[in-house]
Amino acid sequence: MSDFTSSFWPIFITVISVGGVIGCALLLWLTSKIKATSPNGDNTNGHVWDENLREMNNPLPRWWVWMFIITIAFSLFYFAAYPAIGTYAGKLGWTQVNQYEQEMEAANKTIAPLYAKFAAMPIDQLAANPEAKAIGERIFMNNCAQCHGSDAHGSRGFPNLTDKDWIHGGSPEKIAETLTNGRVGMMPPMAAAVGSEDDVKNVANYVLSLSNSSHDATRAAAGKEKFAVCAACHGADGTGNQAIGAPNLADNIWLHGAGEEAIIKRINEGKVNQMPAQGAKFSPEQIHVLTAYVWGLSNNEVK
Amino acid sequence: MSSKKNPNAKSDVANAGSEATVINLYAAAEKIYPRSTFGFFTKWRWVMIWLTQLFFYGVPWIEWGQRQALLFDLEARRFYIFNLVLYPQDLIYLTGILIISALSLFLFTAIAGRLWCGYTCPQTVYTEIFLWIEAKIEGDRAARIRLDDAPLSARKILKKGGKHFAWIAFALWTGFTFVGYFTPIRELGDAIVNMGLGPWQTFWILFYGFATYGNAGFMREQVCKYMCPYARFQSAMFDDDTLIVTYDEKRGEPRGKASLKTDMDKSKQGACIDCSLCVQVCPTGIDIRKGLQYECIGCGACADICDTVMDKMGYDRGLVKYSTQHAINLGWNHTQMLRHILRPRVLIYATILSVLVVTLLTSLMLRTSFRVDVVRDRGVMARIAEGGMLENVYRLQIMNATETTQRYQLGASGVANLKIESDVADHDKTVTVNPAESRWIPVRLQIPDGSIKSGSHPVKFEVRATESNEIVSEKSVFLVPR
Repeated sequence: MSDFTSSFWPIFITVISVGGVIGCALLLWLTSKIKATSPNGDNTNGHVWDENLREMNNPLPRWWVWMFIITIAFSLFYFAAYPAIGTYAGKLGWTQVNQYEQEMEAANKTIAPLYAKFAAMPIDQLAANPEAKAIGERIFMNNCAQCHGSDAHGSRGFPNLTDKDWIHGGSPEKIAETLTNGRVGMMPPMAAAVGSEDDVKNVANYVLSLSNSSHDATRAAAGKEKFAVCAACHGADGTGNQAIGAPNLADNIWLHGAGEEAIIKRINEGKVNQMPAQGAKFSPEQIHVLTAYVWGLSNNEVK
Repeated sequence: MSSKKNPNAKSDVANAGSEATVINLYAAAEKIYPRSTFGFFTKWRWVMIWLTQLFFYGVPWIEWGQRQALLFDLEARRFYIFNLVLYPQDLIYLTGILIISALSLFLFTAIAGRLWCGYTCPQTVYTEIFLWIEAKIEGDRAARIRLDDAPLSARKILKKGGKHFAWIAFALWTGFTFVGYFTPIRELGDAIVNMGLGPWQTFWILFYGFATYGNAGFMREQVCKYMCPYARFQSAMFDDDTLIVTYDEKRGEPRGKASLKTDMDKSKQGACIDCSLCVQVCPTGIDIRKGLQYECIGCGACADICDTVMDKMGYDRGLVKYSTQHAINLGWNHTQMLRHILRPRVLIYATILSVLVVTLLTSLMLRTSFRVDVVRDRGVMARIAEGGMLENVYRLQIMNATETTQRYQLGASGVANLKIESDVADHDKTVTVNPAESRWIPVRLQIPDGSIKSGSHPVKFEVRATESNEIVSEKSVFLVPR
């Protein structure tokens, strides 16, 4: 595929580069034919400025001419070997992407022994290993902190990774799975299933009552029955289901905002929330180290 | 031109009369055979050669604690200079050093011309060393000319081969030393012994060795004449009070051959006996008697040799000497000449230079042993934490510029009831950073929700190194949403 946006540029580049080399060669050849004369016979060219400034005809050293010739030969070799002339790819097939991949491969090779050591360690040991922790911290800072925050405490819509509340499960296996494949959290809009606007408000108050948050007790009682449609996912007691990623509603952690208004909005509109898959970006060993770091954030009794 | 017969002679066109001469624009270089000298300036030149080369070849071997005292670790981007460790952020010091170097060049050039060229420039120094090796093996000027003219023989091959062997060995050692400034030199030595040299190390040892061999063995004065940019603009820094190597024309002319036996009519002949020794010793092959020329590197070899001739002839020394244009033209004596060296230009250069040196040294002394950068998390403006606290998240990058593990205490101020929290900090809000490393520390600033009005409030992070008690402050903002 050509990287050029118009056919003008490859031609432009070719003319400039090849023309430049030919121009240099011509200049060299033509000037070698010139014989300068010195009218006064004193090696000056006869011009006099500012009373007594005269220009000398000092010849160019011959070795310098050879340097020019070597440069020209090098340019021709370069044109043949590398992509220098328009769309011609060059004999060596060099590209920036190739080079990047080669360098990444070389870098991965140098760190492979380090990761091999980590790969053999169980998660709980790895989480306590200062070296692995430092690497995990750097990977997290560069790749995860944008959403989950530098301190991993998350924010609205982005789960807090330092508490014990896990939507999809907080075991090392589940964390590794989440990192590798990503997650899609899907809460369907439930307004129609729940019923009238009043019903929705009642259910919202019932949900608030599950975690002993401030709520209207009569509305909550009225909403209990309607909660049955929610219980399919969140469970009869509202404690959620990690197998399908249904959050626990009975704790005081609200991913998409606390309070009656926010809950009503979720019941009415639903929510699709996504954690992107990282499997293509990292090697399994790197995922292992990152898993240990993330797991360690909420399993760090010894501090 | 039969350069072998008269190898140091410049083109003879000047004496060719008035007819037009044809000049080929590309000319082969003439080989120059500088004669060995001795005397005051030569002694100083050797002192400078010893000083600079003892420094160059010796310093990489000095150890400082667990590491090399002077090491420019490009890969890790750390420059170790004895107890000083410089980071890419300290590039300003390099700028300072370069400005000081340039100003020193201005100052020295204004006072005494091309002092740098004649005495300390690596090109001069290595040429001098290579010439010394050449003279030890092939003999002095006349012997070298004879050897070059002689037909190929076993003796010639032995001498030439021996010289090149010595040159190449010396050049490779130079290349090795050079690379030893960028990778630990002892490990480099081991790597060579064990044939475990990396591609870049091999390349630079060979390249620098080749450059030394080529420049000092073959290019010599050509570098000064055709390549060196300083040679081209130094004339802009000269004035009539600059000390330069000059030929006292008033005293020397008219020149003429003379020996001790000749009873000269002093009124008819000057002090120059036209022995041409000043031309023979010149490393750039010029005739100082033609006046100041751009090829003159100011080494004073001609002054030294001329003094010995004057001594032999029983004349006063100083026919060729360091003098100024004014002193020569106006016939000043030594004191008058020296008085004019302290002129405004020199004093201004010296003042600026000393101010810069003092500034650089002071700022190096006052440099804190660590740095702090604050980046506010962009993902979230503010959030409510447990206990009704409003919090903002920041990253502090703490860079430990010392070579020991350091502990830093975090603090923040600027808003009432401001609390700083960090999961990675200890209970007394301290964090540990490894030697010569930097670490991102996530921190949270908290205030009771609703305690201040919404908007952006300036806050200040204060990080204190617990060992040295140095404090670095960095500004940031605390956002309170509506």
